[in-house]
Amino acid sequence: MARLELHALSKRYGEFTAVSDVTLDVADGEFLVLLGPSGCGKTTTLRMIAGFVTPSAGAIRIGAQDVTELPPWKRNSGLVFQSYALFPHLTVAQNVAFGLEMRKYPKSDLAARVAEVLKLVRLGQLGERLPRQLSGGQQQRVALARALAIRPDVLLLDEPLSNLDAKLREEVRVEIRELQRQLGLTTVMVTHDQEEALTVADRLVVMAEGEVKQIGTQRDLYERPANRFVAGFVGRSTFLDGKAVGDGAFVTSGGLRLRCSAGAVRGDAVLALRPERLVLGVAPLGLDNDLIGTVEFVSYLGAVLDLRVRLSSADRVIVQVANRQDGLAPAVGDQVHVGWEAVVGRVFSGDASAPA
Amino acid sequence: MAVLIDTRRLGRWSLNAVATLAMAYILVPLVAVTWLAFWSQEIPTFPPEGYTLHWFGAALAQDKFVNGFLTSLQVGVAATLLGLVLGVPAALAIARRGFFGRAWINQLLLMPLVVPGVVLGTSIYVFQVEVEIATEIPILGSIPGLIGGHILIVIPWIVRLIGASLAGFDRAIEEAALNLGANPWTAFWRVTLPSIRPGIVAGALFGFVTSFGNLEMSLFLLSPGMTTLPIAILQYLEWRLDPTIAAVSVMQIALIAVAMIITDRYVKLARVV
Repeated sequence: MARLELHALSKRYGEFTAVSDVTLDVADGEFLVLLGPSGCGKTTTLRMIAGFVTPSAGAIRIGAQDVTELPPWKRNSGLVFQSYALFPHLTVAQNVAFGLEMRKYPKSDLAARVAEVLKLVRLGQLGERLPRQLSGGQQQRVALARALAIRPDVLLLDEPLSNLDAKLREEVRVEIRELQRQLGLTTVMVTHDQEEALTVADRLVVMAEGEVKQIGTQRDLYERPANRFVAGFVGRSTFLDGKAVGDGAFVTSGGLRLRCSAGAVRGDAVLALRPERLVLGVAPLGLDNDLIGTVEFVSYLGAVLDLRVRLSSADRVIVQVANRQDGLAPAVGDQVHVGWEAVVGRVFSGDASAPA
Repeated sequence: MAVLIDTRRLGRWSLNAVATLAMAYILVPLVAVTWLAFWSQEIPTFPPEGYTLHWFGAALAQDKFVNGFLTSLQVGVAATLLGLVLGVPAALAIARRGFFGRAWINQLLLMPLVVPGVVLGTSIYVFQVEVEIATEIPILGSIPGLIGGHILIVIPWIVRLIGASLAGFDRAIEEAALNLGANPWTAFWRVTLPSIRPGIVAGALFGFVTSFGNLEMSLFLLSPGMTTLPIAILQYLEWRLDPTIAAVSVMQIALIAVAMIITDRYVKLARVV
């Protein structure tokens, strides 16, 4: 295992910039997730690490070696493809052995190593099967075993769970994470699924439009989003248009004057509010912000209720409340109190309709 | 409701009827020629007077048929092998590289399927005459000259069927091989080629059958005294009309059927074609 560094990495296709100036440092044994919507450049970044895409600028180092100019077959990375890309004409064991044969692994130890890796991914009995005789989940594990067999310096996972059904996905992502920890694998995974990303990552990199929007732990991204994009992409936020007037005050376009966390932003701005951080009540709540609104829409989601509450002609917020037996169960049209502490509201420059 | 069921049944019934007719249209000549090969009388008249294996012996006793068969086999195998050498890289380039005029070249390679055999034969004949005059290499009426022509009618099958195989081939599989340490050459031999093998086998088989059965083009390219099997059959038919020809056809049908059945054991042809 080794440390992985990307320095000012860019990829341009003619006028189009797929990846712009990405600098990352993945520690030995760290699980880093590149998270972003499709087209954000995360897969291109991963493919540059594997060597399938030549960077337009920047450098990639694996361990002590600069691999920027090396072809894929001379980099010791193990890539798990979204489609698994198993060799259809080879058995499971032959698939796993492929990388070892390319490395001239001693013939006498080959079978033992293959068996060991297959056991690691709990496929010990299936070595003689062909890929098409396996379920999707099993194929995924073969792909993982094939990448692990070569003891890669970095393990690269390209949306590895997107072809599994929802229930299996939850199991497999925990398995991958446990295996990664147990083997101390330096890992980079690409996904657009934030729940998946939050489950497995040590740190996350949120990307959009080819740029890194923020790097941090789950808590960093959720509690202290660096910009409007991250606030909307990681977790949910309601955005209210308005103006930051200084001293921790925000005036919405609907005329509400709200307390928010003090910041440097002035002028046209948006206020981001996490639905689950807003408090709902039938009486004044005694919080920094305490407003009266009308329930316009209720989504009954089982464990939680999502309420759309109108606070003014231009301002509507989403409030999420736990669905407790003794809790509030407001109906459409009810008058409710909505409140939150100033620190809950985060202010970003720009307006709500701007992309980021 | 009752009307609905009736309509559906009627639809299924007419579909079956049409399918049966189409199958019969394809199979009846094959059945007829096979039947005829065993009739005992020399001038085929219905009903047959008796049955015999005599005509098979008569066919094999004719040098023209045996030599024609060997020439056709030789030309077919050579044209198919050379067609593969040219067709596999062509199919790969067309499927994968975005180069100028790609669609045009793709069409061009399929052209020999569309151009009538007589036209193709005439053009190649004229071309070979010109080449022989210009270079003084005696290709006219030679076996290499004939093979050269047959390569043209083999290539469309090879390019088409390998192209179909490549279309269903996930390129990530090749990348996986590169990622695991295989250089592009090794990845091609160990991963790409085995994956498109069904297309290669099917393309070669159909190319061979096309070459083996070709008459119109061969007529122009052979020198007097040389025959391919189809030409031998044609020449025989000019003078005689006994079931020997039917026996030759039956042997030909059987040979090709066996080739297809053996191929199908290794490569499911229905999946490619």
